[in-house]
Amino acid sequence: MTVDHQTLALLLFGVFVAITLGITTWVSRNRHGSAEEFYAGGRLFTPMENGFAIAGDYMSAASFLGISGLIALFGYDGLLYSVGFLVAWLVVLFLVAELVRNCGRFTLADVVAARMRERPVRIATGTSSVTVSVLYLVAQMVGAGTLVALLLGGRSEAAQAWTVIGVGALMVIYVSLGGMRATTWIQIVKSVLLLGGTVALTVLVLLRFHGDFDRLLLTAAERSGHGDAFLAPGLKYGGDWTARFDFISLGLALVLGTAGLPHILSRFFTVPTARAARRSVVWAIGLIGGFYLMTIVLGFGAAAILGSEAVRGSNAAGNTAVPLLALDLGGGADSTGGTVLFALVAAIAFATILAVVAGITLSSSASVAHDLYASLRRRGAEPRSEVAVARVAAVGIGVVAIALGLLARDLNVAFLVGLAFAVAASANLPVLLYSLFWRDFTTRGAVWAVYGGLIPAVVLVLLSPVVSGSPDSLFPGVDFEYFPLQNPGLVSIPLGFVAGWLGTVTSAEVPDEAKHAETEVRSLTGAGAV
Amino acid sequence: MHSSDGRPREAGSARFDDPWYDALASGWGELDDTGAPEATPPTAGDVYLEVQRSAAFREVRSRYRRFVVPAVAVFLSWYVAYVVAATAAPGLMARPVAGAVNVAMIAGLGQFLSTFLLTWAYARHARLRRDRAALELRWDTQELTRVTQGRPVGGAS
Repeated sequence: MTVDHQTLALLLFGVFVAITLGITTWVSRNRHGSAEEFYAGGRLFTPMENGFAIAGDYMSAASFLGISGLIALFGYDGLLYSVGFLVAWLVVLFLVAELVRNCGRFTLADVVAARMRERPVRIATGTSSVTVSVLYLVAQMVGAGTLVALLLGGRSEAAQAWTVIGVGALMVIYVSLGGMRATTWIQIVKSVLLLGGTVALTVLVLLRFHGDFDRLLLTAAERSGHGDAFLAPGLKYGGDWTARFDFISLGLALVLGTAGLPHILSRFFTVPTARAARRSVVWAIGLIGGFYLMTIVLGFGAAAILGSEAVRGSNAAGNTAVPLLALDLGGGADSTGGTVLFALVAAIAFATILAVVAGITLSSSASVAHDLYASLRRRGAEPRSEVAVARVAAVGIGVVAIALGLLARDLNVAFLVGLAFAVAASANLPVLLYSLFWRDFTTRGAVWAVYGGLIPAVVLVLLSPVVSGSPDSLFPGVDFEYFPLQNPGLVSIPLGFVAGWLGTVTSAEVPDEAKHAETEVRSLTGAGAV
Repeated sequence: MHSSDGRPREAGSARFDDPWYDALASGWGELDDTGAPEATPPTAGDVYLEVQRSAAFREVRSRYRRFVVPAVAVFLSWYVAYVVAATAAPGLMARPVAGAVNVAMIAGLGQFLSTFLLTWAYARHARLRRDRAALELRWDTQELTRVTQGRPVGGAS
């Protein structure tokens, strides 16, 4: 790596930061500091703007760097991630987006608590939302660290740490000053940059192979060292049945997790109506689908052009495949084209991380202030402004995410996101679906559904090979590995649903028919929606 | 394209039969028969229950469910079948179709295609079959809840 790459990438990234800080200042010039403004950006975004912002929230560094890297290393098995990530949007579109927009105000808890005794339900869903957000944040932080390691030659641990800290500090500034409006505009800018960069790289890869996708695949298979096996499932998740169940578990978590992600749910409140929420999801599906199709080309392209060994040599988890590919496509390490393209891709990846981190931080600070603080604060205590609490919470969450991000540095980013999805699918999705569609659902059912999914999911991760027992674990020195799968979804998602059902049928509470009628009528018609 | 964000049109433009509306207009007296002697206005909860039982709402709900239930069943089983096939039958998935393209590649791209198609179908169905009726119901319900004693409309607290 020459100094040129580094300077240019940092320069481009600096431009992005300057622009986004400008946006933040601009949109907060005459803010009223109302909750409506801070959490939902005044609810006045158009479907297209929100569609780009959703896509921006969703197309994280995990997709851009992680999935392409997995495809470059394991071929077809990496592609399974993109399929799951995309199909998940049908769950969001069909079952969640419009109904949540109609019933809720700012967070998941608003939707559930409308039917139930408010306090326990808010505390439960607030806790699970914060857990999911922190896990997701860690993945993004790891992505930032990896990227800077590549940029600075991979040696400087201090630089890596400082990047993670710097990203955290910037996101706190965005969120606490600009709220949802600034965060949304940052997502939109980032989305356009990311899609532009991906299109450019995809075109270059296809040009390299004269538009012949078939030859691209054949070359990739050949240079991967795996032959035809590279183009079929099984390289990563084949072999013993543990690995196969692990994959099924992951597949389930991916498809069911998206609908439970707090930062995705909070995006539906930034548009005025359910119809606008639906149209923004349609936009998002188009953008996200196109993006994942292109990451497939990039992943196989990295394998074909660089070879899997070179990718693995740079970063064992494959996270650096795309920047390396850009370097090669531009003309190699010593050419101007290579330098520019590499710097561009690195800057886009940074921007991606920053934007996603801002989005998640915002939604989790909403959970802390709107759900947890509002429910837990002592009665009679001076009621502080909720928005002020949210700003402080953003700082606290930033600190936690930075600390964990430094710890989890060597895990694959896409894999970490898989964990966040598993927790979201286990803890948030059952309670959300039950309260939207089940007439007899009760408060106890809601609380049990959340904890019955959240606790198994977290405990199973702690007992899994991710944390201990193998050389790749977070704590390789100790061994408390009792659960064989890396992803807990296969067990914890059904547990969440069963716990919600069990809590409901065992509770003495008579379900409130009028409240259910209200939820159902409001969710399908939008009556009384804010 | 009609705007769903605007104010409701006058009643004359309603495209669907609206039998529940009359029932509501004449129904409040009966509701109070067992209650206090002076007629208390209905609460918001009563309004929502009444709307929920109305034919117009049941029609919107069943249109929604008639599309969503089969669609969810189809795409979830198609996705689970794909995942299970990828893990349990890699031999089948590796079978070549044309050139380097094998069954697995076709199935993966098929998932993308089916997602796009279902998205389009859902958006179209909602726009043509649900949006207008739901909007009418929304304004009517809000009109009714406005005159109630109970909680404020929308539970805005």
